[in-house]
Amino acid sequence: MRFDLPDLPDTRTLRAELREFLAEAGRDWTPETRARSWMGFDRGFSRAVGERGWIGMTWPKAYGGHERSAMERVVVLEEMLAAGAPVGAHWIGDRQSGPLILRLGTEEQRKRILPGIARGELAFCIGLSEPDSGSDLASLRSKAERVPGGWKLNGRKIWTTFAHKSDYMIALMRTSPAPEGGARHAGLSQFLVDLRLSGISIRPIRDLAGEDSFNEVTFDDVLLKEDDLLGQEGQGWAQATSELAFERSGPDRYLSSYPALVAGLSALGAGSEAEAGRIVARLATLRAMSLSVTGMLERGEDPAVEAALVKDAGNGFEQALPERLRGLLEPEERPENLSRMLETLAMLAPTFSLRGGTREILRGIIARDLGLR
Amino acid sequence: MSEMRALLVEQLDRLLTEQGGVAILREVEGGTWPGALWAEVEGQGLALALVPEEAGGAGLGWGDAAALWHVLGRHAAPVPLGEAMLAGAFLGAAGVELPAGFTALAPAGEAAPFGRHASALALVDGTRVSLRAPGGATEGQNTGREPRDDVTPGSVTAEGDLPNGFGPRPARLGLALLRAAQIGGALEKVLALTVDWANTRKQFGRPIGKFQAIQQSLAAMAAEVASVQVAVAAAARAAEARGLDGAAFEIACAKVVAGEAATFGAATAHQVFAAIGITEEHELHHLTRRLWSWREEGGTERGWAQEIGRAAMARGGDALWPDLTARDISGVPA
Repeated sequence: MRFDLPDLPDTRTLRAELREFLAEAGRDWTPETRARSWMGFDRGFSRAVGERGWIGMTWPKAYGGHERSAMERVVVLEEMLAAGAPVGAHWIGDRQSGPLILRLGTEEQRKRILPGIARGELAFCIGLSEPDSGSDLASLRSKAERVPGGWKLNGRKIWTTFAHKSDYMIALMRTSPAPEGGARHAGLSQFLVDLRLSGISIRPIRDLAGEDSFNEVTFDDVLLKEDDLLGQEGQGWAQATSELAFERSGPDRYLSSYPALVAGLSALGAGSEAEAGRIVARLATLRAMSLSVTGMLERGEDPAVEAALVKDAGNGFEQALPERLRGLLEPEERPENLSRMLETLAMLAPTFSLRGGTREILRGIIARDLGLR
Repeated sequence: MSEMRALLVEQLDRLLTEQGGVAILREVEGGTWPGALWAEVEGQGLALALVPEEAGGAGLGWGDAAALWHVLGRHAAPVPLGEAMLAGAFLGAAGVELPAGFTALAPAGEAAPFGRHASALALVDGTRVSLRAPGGATEGQNTGREPRDDVTPGSVTAEGDLPNGFGPRPARLGLALLRAAQIGGALEKVLALTVDWANTRKQFGRPIGKFQAIQQSLAAMAAEVASVQVAVAAAARAAEARGLDGAAFEIACAKVVAGEAATFGAATAHQVFAAIGITEEHELHHLTRRLWSWREEGGTERGWAQEIGRAAMARGGDALWPDLTARDISGVPA
């Protein structure tokens, strides 16, 4: 495991543009919206971000991208999250689904899908977990069978964030039985699923905050075309995990609760300096670690373990941050916007160390790299 | 890593592998001066690492220094090379030649590491640096049983002022960076020892490292080890770009993170090692006692955190992100 510091390009102009844009766009965002950050879904905002060329930034222009560097892309992500922008409608497409389609999709899939993501018009969700398969993802049972002219899907996905608001799902399905006593990761394939197809029913599951943010998605004889297969048949596990370093190392893994720090910092009283300083020291260090992984990814390295480590450390930070602020300010000392953010974050923070790989799974990955297990 | 840095790191690592170790550590902790090892270190020119080239040194930067200090920490090196490098840096920058022998760093009003063994003192009082004859020492030690002596500076041999980039408290900043880097190295070694032990020690019929509880603890420790290394690298790079004073924020962050990680890492290692780890015979304590000491030296995590927090609170929440990103080093003059 190693974390080299990357050379950062001069991005002051880009940051200034983003700050100006976000100040204008965010004039009416409520504290709850900012606290929800990338769990906020706002198609109008995503379209505006797309118009500015800030989605699919690193993709080829031929597919609606902007051919900018990975570091420039990170600048956009950082500024969005630091402002608590509701980026959920394009976040998954930009971070995961788009890059996957770009790398493994057919020319037709790229042309059909990527420009829409980059315009901020196509929203994606990720179909992984099932009722009996969570952290043990390879045990999943939803299946895709070959039928004349395509595939037939049956099964159930659950906890699928924003499925009820999305246009497409990238679903991991079993296309052949796991070999008896063999590698359970074999026989899985990824599909690009248009969520308007018949046979798909999406049932929102109300969460503890009273919001509909995740769903149960049922596939009942859903017919897909031949070329809705994404990548290679049977390679779904490798494909789905190959993007994990991108998914796990970004600023969304340590900045999810950052707007509360913005709201709280100015209200802190004498005696809070040390705790505030510890928070800022960790923030700066996590940022350097995250940027280090971005640098490795840009150089074509495979920092899967480093990314798991950034996510684990970052999740711990962003999860503890609202509690640390709570500990520094009595309720009557809190500005109203901070109080409202803390209320939202208390209900949201448990998900930080669940989504995208639980703390326990990440630490298992790190432990294996250390030579344990 | 530059070729030069890699070469020096390898050279120091080899030297300490061959001539360091538990036996000499015990002697030095008992008050012996490791003369042969120091002669080797000096002979290889390592004490001159941070002395500017025009003053006859190697003219290395803070990044190279931090990499070497990491190696010192990993070996719990029984020689005060880190401090001597700082003494050389300050003397050289103030236009004073570093004499042969061991010149101890003596920050005004603070204990001088290995001061009793010094053939000369580099007294740093604010921006004023003077080369002094040793004038007697009251011996003391830290928890790591490293000599920390109250020295009485003797006559002035030569003196000068540090240039602006060093700021008003160069010794404090230099020591903070040194101790943070050493903590990073020592923690890396502690983690390696602990993983090795977890894979060896068997209970309930299998190595304890097969238990998820142990795996989760060590994974959390690995995250702390990595955090220190990144924080130190960021601080060293900032010091190279902006000078010690211009890197005060990054150095403060590094010392805070290193101090917190030292506490967590030492506790975790001892928990996994259990009883054997707290025996005199075991090598672990040479590292963990130093971790506990180095948290205290060059400013505590509390002290540095107060400095960071005070500034951040005064600037306010809206300024935090712009301030943080404005410190990015892009190769373009800010």
